[in-house]
Amino acid sequence: MIRDQGIGSKLWRAAVWALAILFVLNLLGVIAAVVTNSLATRWLGTLLPVGWTTRWYFSAWSEFQLTDVLLVTFQIVFLVTLLSGLIGITAAYALARRDFPGKRFAVLLFLLPLLVPPLTYGIPLATLLYQVGLGGSFWGVVIINLVPSIPFVVLVMIPFIEQIDPRVEAAARVFGAGTWSLFARILLPLLLPGMLAALLLVLVRTIAMFELTFLVAGPTSQTLVVSLYYAVFASGVRASQSIDAMAVVYMVTTLFWLVLALRFVNPTQIVARAKQSQPAH
Amino acid sequence: MTDAAFSAPGRSSAPERLSLKTRLAARGLDGTTLLVLPGLLAILALFVYPFVYGIVDSVTPETGAWYENYRRFFSEPFLYNTIAATLWLALPVTLVNLALAVPIAFRVRLMRRQRLLTTILVLPITLGTVLVAEGLLNFLGPRGWFNQALLFIGLIDGPLRLTNNYWGVFASLLITGFPFAFLLTLSYVSGIDPAIEQAAATLGANARRRFTRVFLPLLVPGLAVTFCLAFVQAFAVFPSAVLLGAPAGPTRVISIAAYSAAFEEYNHSLGSAIAIIMGVVQLAVVLAVLGLRGLFYRGPAGGTKG
Repeated sequence: MIRDQGIGSKLWRAAVWALAILFVLNLLGVIAAVVTNSLATRWLGTLLPVGWTTRWYFSAWSEFQLTDVLLVTFQIVFLVTLLSGLIGITAAYALARRDFPGKRFAVLLFLLPLLVPPLTYGIPLATLLYQVGLGGSFWGVVIINLVPSIPFVVLVMIPFIEQIDPRVEAAARVFGAGTWSLFARILLPLLLPGMLAALLLVLVRTIAMFELTFLVAGPTSQTLVVSLYYAVFASGVRASQSIDAMAVVYMVTTLFWLVLALRFVNPTQIVARAKQSQPAH
Repeated sequence: MTDAAFSAPGRSSAPERLSLKTRLAARGLDGTTLLVLPGLLAILALFVYPFVYGIVDSVTPETGAWYENYRRFFSEPFLYNTIAATLWLALPVTLVNLALAVPIAFRVRLMRRQRLLTTILVLPITLGTVLVAEGLLNFLGPRGWFNQALLFIGLIDGPLRLTNNYWGVFASLLITGFPFAFLLTLSYVSGIDPAIEQAAATLGANARRRFTRVFLPLLVPGLAVTFCLAFVQAFAVFPSAVLLGAPAGPTRVISIAAYSAAFEEYNHSLGSAIAIIMGVVQLAVVLAVLGLRGLFYRGPAGGTKG
């Protein structure tokens, strides 16, 4: 590490830090504004609200039927996580362990849904789902959310499986392990940290996935984020504190899983897929 | 599983007697390979088929020739202006995000405890655009903390109008896009061997020259990928353009046009056509950026002898 001591580089360093701090302050300000407003009796143009109350949470809970919405959200999210885990991890295992003709093409197919904007494939897929009668239903929402989730699991898991030495599996075979006990006693324990990381990330992403869910969600299959969108969209109808109370409920739901996920993954992994471990110099 | 590899040479004297199973296994096709099938089928059914369906749907309008939807899109200003509106939002935001991300990533790479900062920055990505839009409506509003702070410092005389226009959407794309660009850039910057910088400094390069002559060429491939991924996100802007922008005016982005054609006018053929145009425009920008990348240095960023 090299530190220049000139006045110019000191100024530059200070300016860069100031920018970073400014950004973080504004970001925390946005989140704090939502929380403050949800606890305010009246808040118009002053630094802090006139008084504090928790009644908006009770009114938001009944107004937006949050019990039902949360129940549906968790059912959808856990089902998407489970299905994309089952489908994605098996596919990742095959792609990591075998070299077969057309493998590059298969990997490209798994990469594409993550590079195309969700609405580009979401609109035709939603049209199809409406035509077969799944539009607006619980299963329609699950299906459309699988499209980005399966490739995500595959791409996170491939490097993770590659780093497990295949000779461990071969040794287990030599000692007479059948396919089931190989899976349950060798692969599963070794894969568990990676699986937890991938599945928790899918969980967090699915809770926050707005665009695709919005396209097919009906009145009984709205997830929390879609309900929040509709509430903000019709913001003249309800008290802004009530909407913000719902936003806090959404934040708590998401952050709970995020904190859990961060125990297993590095924050950079949430944006970039897991980097392969670099060889030691 | 590996017995195919061992037995194949032994039987090679009589290759015609190899069973089909063994020959397939030698090329990497066996029971394990079949595990890829559920995933492939799901992607084919849920991504490739709808995509092809969308293309076919877009060229089979209810009335008129096969290109009717595209003709309509490019003849109505209300529709074709959405391309410019989207680019006018997405390109500047992506450039600003990258311009902020690079110097800050260079500072943060020297920090020992990055975890707190990276965790804070992951917040807006995980919370999503809807929540950020709701927060910004309050925070940037005429009576929000942002305007209060500026008035307090004395930078402005009256509150700025920052919501329900271009700048509201710009701010929301900055809040969700910058952390994304930053975390990607940070992972690329950390991948450059510090020994390279020390070598340049030993040879007498000052900070500016070390950046322009050493770091920047090594970073260009990573920055190109970061630009593309950040641009893809900004280009797909939808909820914040509705909630925080002026969806009938300057922030009527192309995803709003596609959504309203498909689900408000119930013209799924036109909706698919706009969705395809959206994909094509985005692909054109991504390819242009990746093409520019090809003009720069390609090679290892590690310090080891190859």
